[in-house]
Formats: sequence, structure tokens, C-alpha cells
Amino acid sequence: MNKVSRRKLIATGLAAAAGASGLVVAAKLAERYGLIPPDSSGVYGPGETLTYAAQRLLTRHSLAREFPRTDISKDPFANEVDPLGVEFQRLRQGGFADWRLTVDGMVARPASFSLADLQGFPSRSHITMIQCEEGWSYIAEWAGVPLSHVLEQVGALPQVRYVVYRSFQHGWWDSLDMGDAMHPQTLLAYGMNGDQLPVKFGGPLRMRVSRQLGYKNVKYITRLTLTDNIKSFGKGLGSASPEAGYAWYAGL
Amino acid sequence: MVEAPRPRHSFLVRVTHWLITIAFLALLVSGLEIVVSHPRFYWGETGNENTPTLFKIAIPSSRDTVPTGYGYVLPDENGWSRYLHFQSAWLLVLTALVYAVAGLFSGHFRKNLLPSLSDLSPKKLVSSIARHLRFARPSAEEAWSYNVLQRLTYLLVIFVLFPMIIWTGLAMSPSFVSAVPAAVNILGGQQSARTLHFFLTLALVLFLLVHVLMVLLAGFRNRVRAMITGRVAEPLEQA
Repeated sequence: MNKVSRRKLIATGLAAAAGASGLVVAAKLAERYGLIPPDSSGVYGPGETLTYAAQRLLTRHSLAREFPRTDISKDPFANEVDPLGVEFQRLRQGGFADWRLTVDGMVARPASFSLADLQGFPSRSHITMIQCEEGWSYIAEWAGVPLSHVLEQVGALPQVRYVVYRSFQHGWWDSLDMGDAMHPQTLLAYGMNGDQLPVKFGGPLRMRVSRQLGYKNVKYITRLTLTDNIKSFGKGLGSASPEAGYAWYAGL
Repeated sequence: MVEAPRPRHSFLVRVTHWLITIAFLALLVSGLEIVVSHPRFYWGETGNENTPTLFKIAIPSSRDTVPTGYGYVLPDENGWSRYLHFQSAWLLVLTALVYAVAGLFSGHFRKNLLPSLSDLSPKKLVSSIARHLRFARPSAEEAWSYNVLQRLTYLLVIFVLFPMIIWTGLAMSPSFVSAVPAAVNILGGQQSARTLHFFLTLALVLFLLVHVLMVLLAGFRNRVRAMITGRVAEPLEQA
């Protein structure tokens, strides 16, 4: 080994050491600023973390595109869901008057809201596109109460980092970070295109997350749980989606 | 075999070539798998099973909601396909950035890829095209430099097709376009972006096939060795 290559070797070693410690610092900072998704472990963790961190830095306050009324799709599509059972049929026959949304976890005032309660809150609507990860899409007008308003009503504690939401559909649950939970377009939606939200499209209550794909927009919401520790839910991956092989973050 | 005084391809070109190869193949496999879940294409902002298509691909689907005419449904592999697609996209984009920045500063684009003005004369172009159509074996000097058609093709792939496929990919992301709405509006809508993404894939696959065919014709072992080790055996392809 000659002198030049030894010098090169030392320089390379130093660069590698600097790079490695740089990565450790970057990982610490990313964790602190909420740039690591719950499903960051595993073979696809690096890509998922890059995606989530980049999107969070780029899209912190951005609004999903809103469309004119003339762009509303005349023939929206919805995937069929498994039969929801007799209890759901009973609630449906009663016009969902007995539907409850329970809010618990890290809140000052745990609560349970009826649909009428939710409809009594200030409402917001937007005409936005919903895209399925499969590739299809439609545009609809969604109406509901901003999730941020419900979180204020129950007195969300400052240390809350995730809002976990559960569906009437057994086994379906997901979670949002506070960026999306407090986002002005994130709705607990009860209306679609000027009508009640049809059951097919998630009625009576659907989580509408305007900047994420369809599967993040879970249907038949019955419960919200506020937490600072997402690892304590399910397998600790943030939602039922990663447990079925799909990414927790569905912004692309 | 005489070892060349300088490598045929620089270290950076060799490493980025194979990293991009890995990323591209992973993107291709996972991308096709995602298409299988909805092999229908549209133009404009929206499209779904209830709306007319621009065109359909006559393959079975991994979703029972898609009317394909086949009596069976393929298994759903979209979960890992999507994870792999985006992880490979990061590998591709980061590698391409290193390649592009280094290529600008090292003069790689100027020296190796930009055709000279004289090469762009119609006569030269026609003769180069004719040589390719006859499958004429390259001359010895072409082992050390790209001919004009290669240069133009590589420039098209590097500066048009790859940037466009990354752009159309980002234009499908509801989150990305919330920050950069022009990325999708210019393309005429989210479904247009998806359709363009598919056609750009076809263009890149066509490039890949021709590229591999040309490497086979020009001497597979020599060309692949040149892209791995940088060395070229001489004399070249005289046989």
C-alpha cells in the first residue's frame, strides 16, 4: 500500500465516521420533530421514513386542491365492505339516532357525541378528490365537523401526538399525527354532495383526510383515542394498514 | 488483454448505472403489480369503474371490482409493492441527483453525451441510423466513445424521460400536490398524470430493451465488464 492510498483510506474512514455520526444526529432530530412514521421498522423503513419526513417538511400547512362544483363526479365509486352485522342494521333503521362517537384517552373531558351533537358543531365542507391506492378516484363535496374542533371540545392534552380512530367494521382502525388531525380540511364527515353520507361511502360518519389516500379515510367511525404513545396500539405500527402490509402514511 | 490507461466509464458512472438499474427494475416490477389492481386508464382529473376509460389493458386484476372478463382474481400484492415502489423511487432520485450534479461538474454530459454540431448534420445522422438498421458492428473507436444516436438517446432518457416519470409520479400524490398544485394542474389532472406515468414506463422499457440488445450486439462481455470494472479488452470487437 503506498502513501497516497493510505491517506485516501484515512480520509475515507474519517468521512465514513462523520457520515455515521451525522446519521445518528439526523435520526435524533427527526424523532424529535415527528418525522419518523410508526411503521419505520423493517426492510421498507428507510424509504417510508424518507417519504414521511419529506412530506411533513413540504406539506405542513398545505391544503388539498379544492374543485368547483361542476367538477363533482356524477358517478362516484366505492369498494364494497364486509357485511356490518345486525347491530349496524338496527342503528341504520333508527336513522343512526343512536350512533355514538366516543372520545377518550389523553383528554381533559372524555365525551360521547351523537350525530346530532356533531351536526350542531360548526361545519365545514370542501369539494376534494379522493383517490384509492388502486388508482381510481372521484371528486365529491364532503361536509362534516373539523376534527380539530372535536379535539378542542374534549380538551386534548398538549402532549398528544396521535389521534387513533376506530371503525364499526371489526378490526379497522387507523391514526393521524397532529399535523393531519389539526388540519383545517380534516373532517369527521357526515355529508356528501349535499345529502347525508351514504352507508356505501362510509355513512353515518367517515374520517375524511383530504391529503391522504382512500384507505386512510376510514368508514363508520365510532371512537377516537388521543395518545402520546402509538406503539401501545395493535402491533405498534400505527394502524391496521401496516399489519395488512400497507403503509401507515398514505400521502402518496 | 492490455489494461486501458483510463477507465471506459468513470467510477461514478459505473456505480450510479447499477444503482439505477436496481431501482428501475424494482420500480418496474412493483409498478406493474400496482397496475394489476386497476388496469384501466383515464384522462383528466378523475376516473373509476363507473366512468368510461381512455383504454384498458386486457389482463386479470387483483380486485374483484374490476370487470376484466377473466373468471378469477389475482392475489392482492399492493402493500409491499407500494412500499417497494417508493423506496426504490428514493434510491433512483437520490442516485440520479448525485449523477446529475457530478455529471455537470465533471464535464461528463458535455464530453460524453452532448453530440458535436457536425455529428448533428442530416447526412451524419442518416448514415448513423442506417448503420444501426443494418446492425453493423461498431468500429473500434466506438468502444471508447458514444455515437451520435447513443448520445441523443441517453440525453433523452436522462433529461426528459426520467425527470418526466418522477414528475408524473409526484403528481399522483395527494399530499405532494397540496403543496405544489401546479405539478398536476399542468398535466391536465391526476388521472392524466397516471396515464402519462404509464406511457413513460413503456418508453423506458423500450429503451431498456434496445439498450440491452445493443450491448448484446456490440459484445456483451466486454461492454458489461466496462460498466463494472471500467476496463476494456483491446483490440475491441475485431472478430
